[in-house]
Amino acid sequence: MAALLEARALHAQYGWTKVLHGVDFAVEEGGITTILGANGAGKTTTLRAVCGMVRTSGEVRFDGRNIAGRATEAIVRLGIAHVPEGRGTFVNLTVEENLRLGAYGRSGQAGIAEDFEAVYRYFPVLASRKRQLAGTLSGGEQQMLAVARALMLRPRLLLLDEPSLGLAPMVVREIFRIVRTINRERRVSVLLVEQNASIALGIADNAYLMETGRMVQSGPAEQLRQNDAIRRAYLGY
Amino acid sequence: MEILVQQIVSGLATGGIYGSVALALVMIYQATDVVNYAQGEMAMFSTYLAWTMINAGLPYWVAFFGTLLVSFAGGVLIERVVIRPVEGKPILTIVIVCIGLLVIFNSLAGWIYSYIQKPFPSPFPERPIMLGVVVFGAHDLGAIGVTLIVLAFLYAFFRYTTLGLAMRAAAQNPASSRLCGIRVGWMLAIGWGLAAMVGAVAGMMVAPIVFLDPNMMAGILIYAFASATLGGFTSPGGAVVGGLIVGVLENIAGTYISFIGTELKLTVALAVILVVLVFKPSGLFGRAAVHRV
Repeated sequence: MAALLEARALHAQYGWTKVLHGVDFAVEEGGITTILGANGAGKTTTLRAVCGMVRTSGEVRFDGRNIAGRATEAIVRLGIAHVPEGRGTFVNLTVEENLRLGAYGRSGQAGIAEDFEAVYRYFPVLASRKRQLAGTLSGGEQQMLAVARALMLRPRLLLLDEPSLGLAPMVVREIFRIVRTINRERRVSVLLVEQNASIALGIADNAYLMETGRMVQSGPAEQLRQNDAIRRAYLGY
Repeated sequence: MEILVQQIVSGLATGGIYGSVALALVMIYQATDVVNYAQGEMAMFSTYLAWTMINAGLPYWVAFFGTLLVSFAGGVLIERVVIRPVEGKPILTIVIVCIGLLVIFNSLAGWIYSYIQKPFPSPFPERPIMLGVVVFGAHDLGAIGVTLIVLAFLYAFFRYTTLGLAMRAAAQNPASSRLCGIRVGWMLAIGWGLAAMVGAVAGMMVAPIVFLDPNMMAGILIYAFASATLGGFTSPGGAVVGGLIVGVLENIAGTYISFIGTELKLTVALAVILVVLVFKPSGLFGRAAVHRV
């Protein structure tokens, strides 16, 4: 399979603090790729670097084009939807307005109306709350809204940052099930960053392991799950 | 009784003008956390542009809408050229830049048009309007009407258009807005443009009452601060309601409290600011600001 997203020698820094030290990775078209790692390993920064939200050097290729150094809003319009850490909910807007904003970079009313129906089908709870302010939703519902908002872009690539954070296990399973469905039905490639290694390896096709700003291992998810060192350090059994 | 009703109506007319300027302040404050001290002077300068167009022989309403267009473009330009470089800088830096703008516009108007007061036409008939036994100035009623139309327009714009939605989003959560593909910088610039337009309307409505001169908005800006403080700096609707309350309060205090008269009217505005800040700093309709430190 061809790589939809490919990073080479990607460096990133906040002020003087270097966080990524030459990261290489690829996301295959149509697949789910996960980046695992401990707190502070640079997982979130990797996603932010893809979207031009931090100062970077190196190369990021999306669909063959180098997108490093472009403005975030321009990268998003290419079809990269980012569900940020903390969900990025517009708390003072209604659920429906949040979704409309997700489709902001698109034209074509018919396609947008179709996608409204599609996301309400994936997340029926959002349909029943569409006139409610998004800030009144529960954490799980806000995470669903964040994924739904990203889908409204009709993206080719979905970046998910810690979707399990702070949620009950049952809600987490539900969200991951829907992500898998979306990936299969809508052919959306996914790059998933997760601390919960066991659930991430459960749905991913490929996995990377990150430590202090570098990728230290990679391979098919199944293979990483069998790896003894990873099992002990990240899966806990 | 008739005097009271007349005072209330003319209070509502000037209050609508205070409210409009307050609304312009609030729009920029909500989007960027900046209080634009130059809002009044920008409005004054817009009014001079209208005066120039009218004097050049254009019909009033052509000049009116022409001024709105130029003001919008000017507001956008000011944000892009002057405010953009200090975006994200300490608040004092931005305040100083705004005060600089205030002084520049004031001097520029004085330099081009001189400091001599000029009459400014009202689009409404001079003949007073009788409703029952009470006589109203046509300009007062017209100014109230224009204020309401501006409000309705802005409400519809922010509520129902995608651009308006994107502007609200950009004000609330810039990072998330960028991830939706919104050009946040441009949304702020458009916000400045709209605020300049609202200010221009206020300037053109107040000029027939106070006469046009480079300092005409100085007092009105203080009333607008009182209005925005009273209504809450985080509430556009509140700013307008605050304006109407301040306008009426000022008139009634001036009429019925003998020592205030016309000389001490401005004190009413300052008293309102003080009382609100002491007892309810977030204003009547505002939300208390919560900052992570």
